[in-house]
Amino acid sequence: MDVATALRKISEYPYSSVFWRDDEGAPLSVPVTDFAVDPVEGTVSFAAPAGDAVRVPADREVGLISGHIRRQPEIGYDERRYVELWGRARAVGERVVFEPTDAWGWDEAELPFMEYSERGVEQAIRYFGGLSAQLGRPIRPRLQAGWLFFRATRLPFLSATFVPVLLGLAIAAHHGAFDPLTALLTVIAAAAVHLGLNVSNDVFDDVLGADRLNYTPTPYSGGSRVIQYGLLSRREMTLLSAGLYGVAILIGLVLVLMTRSVELLVIGLVGIVISLGYTAPPLKLVYRGLGEFAVALGFGPVMLLGAYVVQTGRVSLEALVASVPVAILVALILYVNEIPDRLADAAAGKRTLVVRFSPETVRAAYLVAAIAAFAVIVAGVAARLLPLPTLVALAALPLALRVYRGIGQTANAYGLMSVMATNIKLHMVAGALLLAGYLAAIGAAAFGLVR
Amino acid sequence: MSGTPDEPMGWLPAPVVELLDAALVADLTVVGRGGRPLTHPLIPFWDGERILMTSSALFSRKVEHIKRDPRVAVAIVDREALTKPLQARATIQGIARIVEDDPHVTWERVLPLWRAKEPVIDRFLKMRFALPLFFERAIIEVTPARCLWWADGDTSREPTEARAPRPTRGRAHV
Repeated sequence: MDVATALRKISEYPYSSVFWRDDEGAPLSVPVTDFAVDPVEGTVSFAAPAGDAVRVPADREVGLISGHIRRQPEIGYDERRYVELWGRARAVGERVVFEPTDAWGWDEAELPFMEYSERGVEQAIRYFGGLSAQLGRPIRPRLQAGWLFFRATRLPFLSATFVPVLLGLAIAAHHGAFDPLTALLTVIAAAAVHLGLNVSNDVFDDVLGADRLNYTPTPYSGGSRVIQYGLLSRREMTLLSAGLYGVAILIGLVLVLMTRSVELLVIGLVGIVISLGYTAPPLKLVYRGLGEFAVALGFGPVMLLGAYVVQTGRVSLEALVASVPVAILVALILYVNEIPDRLADAAAGKRTLVVRFSPETVRAAYLVAAIAAFAVIVAGVAARLLPLPTLVALAALPLALRVYRGIGQTANAYGLMSVMATNIKLHMVAGALLLAGYLAAIGAAAFGLVR
Repeated sequence: MSGTPDEPMGWLPAPVVELLDAALVADLTVVGRGGRPLTHPLIPFWDGERILMTSSALFSRKVEHIKRDPRVAVAIVDREALTKPLQARATIQGIARIVEDDPHVTWERVLPLWRAKEPVIDRFLKMRFALPLFFERAIIEVTPARCLWWADGDTSREPTEARAPRPTRGRAHV
């Protein structure tokens, strides 16, 4: 912060203190009153504190701090901001004139606390390194195992898996095929692939530097941060990812053996390759602007058709068509979540669509894609590929319009959090309504009603 | 510790203790690298003998500074950052000690005092998984040595000064 800005700010703050090192070298801080800023001279003057014990020295560096909080009864306080200046002071009559040459400060309205904290992560890691050396034993930050797993795997994002898998199972059931055991195994395998992907994405984003450069992560963007925070090492995350993929592959092979389906084997292989290649070299799909496509393919046709094939042993055009809106909406989750990561991704060479597009194009492309997702449902029903009750999914369309409006209002990571949350909700609600449409169709068929 | 209802425990004057108990922000001044005095606004707690503050690992430079030179000053300046209206202002010089044998849990002994001043901290603590490094903290334990205070807050008058009694054997904290 430059001195002129600091002087402007402190003129708005009601209380200040001046500090220096006393004759023994110990810090001493003294409240000051009646202070006035002279922006032209670049000085601050205040009433000289009375008495030898608190005489402001002219022969050494002096600091001045001025700040503000807003008290919130029964809560604490907010609106934290302060400015600190250093320079020389001299007595002029009954006053002290302070000439600052250096300034620093923080205003949470300008630098949100979350970003301020992120900028302190390197200091925290240095602190733990120093403390480990001091105590002669490794000290690192911790979280309870359950919360650590929750955070490292980004567990809440499993909705992106549940929507296509449950829909695939529902379509199979609509076609008269449903086995609870293989259905359960399918859900577990798909979840394991998804969590393995999330973890491997963090590992490779750490290797390639994208997450380290991101100072504005949110619950929806910027990765889990567990490596950057020192909660887990890159090696531990690699092992966790390998373990999750191992579970998925093992269950997948069991399902292939049970169904003897070549289609399932191919779908499974494609899913694993897309999942690993999403961030990992040499494919690095997300770094090449193919992340949305990979996510659409993986969390659309691959998951939905995979679940369907496990039950029926074959692929179907209906399942493929039903997977398209799900694929588009899940790709849009990634797309919108990339907006706050734009600068960090660009700096790390991660050429996502959001990095490649102008802000106007980002917004326009969102609207086109979202409308396309709902248009596919309408076209599917019109072509008699999808059952009529699936039109209920159109009820989710207003959420897409809300996201579209939100994207245009801010590019600030924290301002976008509610927009990102609404966008995730759009995928879940549209998926749940499609599922409800299929359950209604199954019910209608059970009662002998025409589809 | 000793004291009667009329005499606060320790030697700090009662109005200063009252100020410490009410303050939501105090200015902690430490000696920075290269000798420059640096001030950090922190929430202070008074445990009857010492001023306690905590520092997150995220903002732990002050902790490193204190380890190099434990001399500190704590000033209470902002009348709006008090839980009740008080006119006094004070500055306290002392020696700080860092308590950090386990930054994950050691600081939690300060939590009851923290909760009393900033009840919202419990809500943040429930979200510990979202702010893991914020809740890795060191305690800064300041043993006061000298106190200068202004009963009416007017620093154009000379402050009243109080000093810690000379430490007796077995009572030193630092």
